[in-house]
Amino acid sequence: MITILQTVLFIALCGVAGFFAFKGYRRVYRNIMLGKKANYSDNPSQRWSNLLLVALGQKKMFKNIKPAILHVFIYVGFVITQIELIEVFIDGFTGGHRRIYHAVENIPFLRGFYVFTVSFIEVASLFVLFATIAFLVRRWILRVPRLNKPELKGWPIKDATIILLAELYLLTCIFSMNTGDMALAHGEYGFLVSGWLAPLISGFNTTVIEVIEKVGWWGHIIGVLGFLVYLPYSKHLHIILAFPNTYFGRLTPKGYIPNMPEITKEIKLMMNPEAAPAEVSNEPIKFGAKDVFDLTWKNLLDAYTCTECGRCSAACPANITGKKLSPRKIMMDTRDRLEEVGRSMEANGGVWKEDGKSLIENGYISVEELRACTTCNACVEECPVMISPLEIIVQLRRNLVMEESNAPNEWTGMFANMENNGAPWQFSQQDRLNWEKA
Amino acid sequence: MAELNVPTMADMAASGQTPEVLFWVGCAGSFDQRAQKVTRSFVKILNHLNIKFAVLGKEESCTGDPAKRAGNEFVFQMLALQNIDVLNGYSVKKIVTTCPHCFNILKNEYPSLGGNYEVLHHSTFLQKLIDEGKIKITDTETFKGKKITYHDSCYLGRANEIYEAPRKVLEELDAELVEMKSCKTKGLCCGAGGAQMFKEDEKGDKRINIERVEQALETNAQIVASACPFCSTMLTDGVKAKDKLQVKVFDIAELLAAGQGLETVNLQ
Repeated sequence: MITILQTVLFIALCGVAGFFAFKGYRRVYRNIMLGKKANYSDNPSQRWSNLLLVALGQKKMFKNIKPAILHVFIYVGFVITQIELIEVFIDGFTGGHRRIYHAVENIPFLRGFYVFTVSFIEVASLFVLFATIAFLVRRWILRVPRLNKPELKGWPIKDATIILLAELYLLTCIFSMNTGDMALAHGEYGFLVSGWLAPLISGFNTTVIEVIEKVGWWGHIIGVLGFLVYLPYSKHLHIILAFPNTYFGRLTPKGYIPNMPEITKEIKLMMNPEAAPAEVSNEPIKFGAKDVFDLTWKNLLDAYTCTECGRCSAACPANITGKKLSPRKIMMDTRDRLEEVGRSMEANGGVWKEDGKSLIENGYISVEELRACTTCNACVEECPVMISPLEIIVQLRRNLVMEESNAPNEWTGMFANMENNGAPWQFSQQDRLNWEKA
Repeated sequence: MAELNVPTMADMAASGQTPEVLFWVGCAGSFDQRAQKVTRSFVKILNHLNIKFAVLGKEESCTGDPAKRAGNEFVFQMLALQNIDVLNGYSVKKIVTTCPHCFNILKNEYPSLGGNYEVLHHSTFLQKLIDEGKIKITDTETFKGKKITYHDSCYLGRANEIYEAPRKVLEELDAELVEMKSCKTKGLCCGAGGAQMFKEDEKGDKRINIERVEQALETNAQIVASACPFCSTMLTDGVKAKDKLQVKVFDIAELLAAGQGLETVNLQ
């Protein structure tokens, strides 16, 4: 009776979590697809190589060795720990207990492999424990500067801490589950780390130990499912999106800013009016980006992939010298505005209604921030998952300059000089060879 | 000082000649007094090695870089399309330029507008001449015992991954090459890019060029080498602001010209 109840409860739990997780991920996908079309499907072999080296292989993380090693502990530990989920699911759906173990317990080789695997998971978990504590210390005690910037105040820093505490919670569950089993079976399983821990609880009566094991088991699966549901609302989504984001990463030199073909058309028309196209599109052309809809889906994928590590801002010359610009904030603001748009669409039956706001100002990215960028690509170079804050900055600048005529006076003068005398300064084109005589 | 020999494309075309390479001087190289010196040093090297080159002279316009980076794609494309008309009119195949901004935009952004050329920055161009054994260092005194630190231009380094060529050029000189705290992929911007050169800074605690010059001064180098006219201006301003006038900022072309005895550099 109890087993059936447990199975039903387990299936119900998975169903509910699956439903909410599906909703969450679908929402993220829908929001990303609100972006403009852009083609990132060329050169698949280079793209796979980027995915394998940069996402799977963490290549760019290793520019900064200490956090890279701690991150690898958690990353590898997280992946390895999932192996134990196979048995958790089998037991959950069938109402059994350690079914894989019991299936192989009389086959020495497979039994040995099972025990080794669980022990390996336990050792990996110890590394995760160490790294998680180290990350909490870096964030809250050492107060690493890039993890304590103004744009992280409020929800972002809570989100980061929730994730780290959730890691600790999951580890506690795994160890109480395994230690409970070890104590109940008098060490029969032979797991490594829980073997050291078992004597601590083996003096308790059996019921207490059973509760410890059950709490660990249920706590673990609830934690995992909760994590799955939480992810699409968290900066931690990078554990999934790092893979598509590196695959769809830019393959062109960092100095390349794509040209705008719609402008080429207009200028060619201006230079040669007779070559006017037969049909003129009535759709108003909008130059640059003012809101998330004007950015490409890749820019929006970048925004959801950002885990707010702040390597970009720590390398940004404007940010280092106290200007308001922070490339990380560019990504966070883009995502936050996109989330706002998404929520508003949900409230209006899936249809977007103009809300009089945009990504520029309105509490999001300020003109002052956009003006401070030197386009030096330090942020792009630093990002471990190939995000480009610069591409967003340039598109927003285009909107300011070409749609709103919003440029500092010096720039307006510079544009005029460039148009009139072919140089950013007020020198005559006729004097271009004067250097020869100087 | 010997007269420079600077043929224009128009002269060459009139006499039915084709140069090996077009030297794209750029706005800074044409008009900025400090950068004009670099242009002359580079031409001295070209003349010295009898390289058949030409400039566009009065037919050259700004590439459009500062407009593009500021967000004014209209002005950029207007200039780019005009320049491409001129370049294609002369059937230009190969371009060398002393400005990383011109280099980047000609190399990366002109092709899709119809301008396809082999574009080299002068650091790569000079490095190739060195590799071919064409550069002979005759002045071994000027740089003896001196320390040089090289400042990576963003548009050469991160933008186009050229880190070694300018260093190779400097290694030719009899000086010690020292690196700043932030170099190569981590090189700190001078503060001029993205059209910042042409406007006041946004509010902050410090100017970017000061931050960079502080890193350069930490190396105790007597010479800060640059490969970009805008970086040179920013670094020179920074050195002045820090009151360290004994530290000199030079372009790699000036230093290499001096090494060949074609130029004198004042290190006092």
